[in-house]
Amino acid sequence: MIFSRRIFMKNAGLGFLALGLPPAFVVRAAQGEKKNRGKILVVVFQRGGMDGLNAVIPFREKGYYSLRPSIAIAEPASGDEGAVDLDAFYALHPALAPLKGLFDKGRLAIIHAAGSPDNTRSHFDAQDYMEIGTPGVKSTPDGWLNRCLPRNNDASTPFRAVALTSRLPRILAGSAPALTMSSAEEFRLREESSAAMLRKLYSTAQDPLLQQGSRSLFNGMEVIQQVAAGVPSAREGYPAGRFGGSLREISRIIKANVGLAIAFAEIEGWDTHANQGGATGQMANRLRELAEGLSAFYRDLGDRMEDVVLITLSEFGRTVRENGNRGTDHGHANVMFALGGRIKGGKVYGRWPGLEPEVLYEGRDLDLTTDFRAVCGEVLSHHMGQKDLGKVFPGYKFPSRPLGVI
Amino acid sequence: MGTALTQEQKITHLLSRMSFGATPEEREKITRMGGSAYLEEQLQPERIPDPIVEERLKQLKTVRLSSKELFELYPPPNQAKKQGVTISSRMQGPRYVIFELQQARLLRAVYSRRQLYEVMVDFWTNHFNVFAAKGADRWLVTSYDRDTIRPHAFGKFKDLLRATAQSPAMLFYLDNWLSVNPEAALRARGADGNPSIRRGINENYARELMELHTLGVDGGYNQKDVEQVARCFTGWTIRRPRGEAEFQFNSRFHDRGEKIVLGVRIAAGGGMEDGMQVIDLLARHPATARFIAAKLVRRFVADDPPPALVTQAAEAFRRSDGDIRSVLGAIVSAPEFYSSEAYRAKVKKPLEFVASALRAVDAETDGGPPLLRYLGRMGEPLFLSQPPTGYPDVASSWISPDALLTRMNFALDLAANRIRGTRARREVEPLLLAGPEFQRR
Repeated sequence: MIFSRRIFMKNAGLGFLALGLPPAFVVRAAQGEKKNRGKILVVVFQRGGMDGLNAVIPFREKGYYSLRPSIAIAEPASGDEGAVDLDAFYALHPALAPLKGLFDKGRLAIIHAAGSPDNTRSHFDAQDYMEIGTPGVKSTPDGWLNRCLPRNNDASTPFRAVALTSRLPRILAGSAPALTMSSAEEFRLREESSAAMLRKLYSTAQDPLLQQGSRSLFNGMEVIQQVAAGVPSAREGYPAGRFGGSLREISRIIKANVGLAIAFAEIEGWDTHANQGGATGQMANRLRELAEGLSAFYRDLGDRMEDVVLITLSEFGRTVRENGNRGTDHGHANVMFALGGRIKGGKVYGRWPGLEPEVLYEGRDLDLTTDFRAVCGEVLSHHMGQKDLGKVFPGYKFPSRPLGVI
Repeated sequence: MGTALTQEQKITHLLSRMSFGATPEEREKITRMGGSAYLEEQLQPERIPDPIVEERLKQLKTVRLSSKELFELYPPPNQAKKQGVTISSRMQGPRYVIFELQQARLLRAVYSRRQLYEVMVDFWTNHFNVFAAKGADRWLVTSYDRDTIRPHAFGKFKDLLRATAQSPAMLFYLDNWLSVNPEAALRARGADGNPSIRRGINENYARELMELHTLGVDGGYNQKDVEQVARCFTGWTIRRPRGEAEFQFNSRFHDRGEKIVLGVRIAAGGGMEDGMQVIDLLARHPATARFIAAKLVRRFVADDPPPALVTQAAEAFRRSDGDIRSVLGAIVSAPEFYSSEAYRAKVKKPLEFVASALRAVDAETDGGPPLLRYLGRMGEPLFLSQPPTGYPDVASSWISPDALLTRMNFALDLAANRIRGTRARREVEPLLLAGPEFQRR
């Protein structure tokens, strides 16, 4: 293990002693190292509405090519620019080729025609519904990733839930504490020299709320500085940009064993109304970034992927027919990916609804045959040990037969 | 009640509630003229000249433009491409409109002499929240702030309620512009057989109108009332959300049947007056008086509003037919206002924290992107609260570890003059701005 327990004890202990504070928390955190090697769920949100039909292509579906004359991805047999065959019916977009190995190894599952059942085609509403986990009900105050966290507010594990975003996303909003950060290096005071004094000011303030908040903060900063110092940032493999950087940071926090259970990252740029491109172009670039990010994350974590499941979400799919601007408009069902050591991968899950005009949703979009909550719920109960799914997804009736992705 | 506040503490307290942060100048002013005269003056903002703010807002290009002009000058990226306009920066699109709106809000909080008025504008902006990044709202919220909220922030609650109900921004945000009598929707099906986006009743606005704008969630309505109110507001729509964005009542889409709202019968055959009747009914409802009173007491006194004070404030609301000035007067003149329990009882929201720090250091600032980014990281990107609740007004929402870190870093950066576009003109101990004391008001 890169992150040595002894070094951690020594460094952190000295820091605390220098501040004149008891190192009790440090002892606790170090003891927690084993305890903290728990299961982890990572959710990646593809904001904007990915075109699932061009990500995982139903190339044996007759309608696919006639509905998308300028943006369709050529069949696998067609050579260089063609799709990457998965199972003689579906194929990956060529830019997703880095995922093919994970699929073949059985570590990547794909769920097609999946998503949120609400018929809204507003980004705002659809993202909101997917994040609060109650499609059609807007008054839900918190996000489902927060509802699946334990209620106890334990300041010794400030890194239980982390979003690699600039503000807390709806999906993590709620009563359980959650952190947002951009990188381990940035989670620190702008003036280290003020840290000791501020810590003292806050810890002696007659103000329980600020006392508690600052305790979590200063504990968190101690931990994250150890993460920054003890777990080098993996340079290799991750794509440039915010998404790759987010996955790299999540991987570091996982390796540091600081009690992470839930992590959230996002990748933008999927709203391809115009000039979407085909095998190359706008959307292909997004897909490449996604695939390179996921495969680098998998390689980076190695054996540790046994404890990790990563799920992708996107608010809706896009119209089956391409529009007048060589793009696609807001649609309905989409594709989800699930990656992890324990995922039963190598298979495209979900009933394929077809693309014939009479089976399209509202006459225009891919129909939905798997609710995203069925997939997430399965992962929560089998992987995270969540016992009360009704609390996480209130009002949702889970299908009687599980999909079996994990 | 605990010990009485000293004269010094009373001035601190009054300014902490009536403004975005005390300044030496204003302390001196209250010492000179007394607390009640200061309050009287603040309640008449139209009589307070505000040249500094006016001068600074002149620099902003968008705040005086109509929604139509904004849409034409700051088109969505797709449309710009079609028109052959190359967008070299995302700031040339609608993002820029939201940016200037945020900038204006911050500059006013820092520099306006009409501080209580700005506090109330902020209060109503959250009470009648509209998420400025939702679709057409990107071009509608500038007018919403200028023409809907600000003119009524100190007026009668009912006028404010009606103004929001008829504002394109709210009609779009809570989907009422799409809400139609389902039979009318069938008739309106396009010739190509494609279903229109108007499919029938949309209950979104009706629900939030009662839950968040008037009665409160425990205000005694049920799902049936939500459905009935939604029917009353069918046909309340927008002429053109992207373009001539004006309120329009479209009688073709209105449900003319009889409705029963909160036990009151609204006769069949009505038109736009159905919705007007609902607004009247809700604005005068005792649950509304209590709900608004409690929220105001929470803003001006404490997170857990003292029930006796809420009752008094609600009484003032009823007596004055929802006159907002009268309710504020009742709250400030109550003994609970200057109690030791209320003193420093509130944690500053991010906007309050940032503005009060800028006021404390007598900052010369453009209210630009670095400050707005700080507000975003603290959890309050202005005009960008997604849920219809607006930003919360209780301490526990704001003191997460990372938000606290951002507050400390902002304070350290400000005191050390590290924020681009902002310069401190008064020296203040950095640890004072970053420390626990300054988090409260």
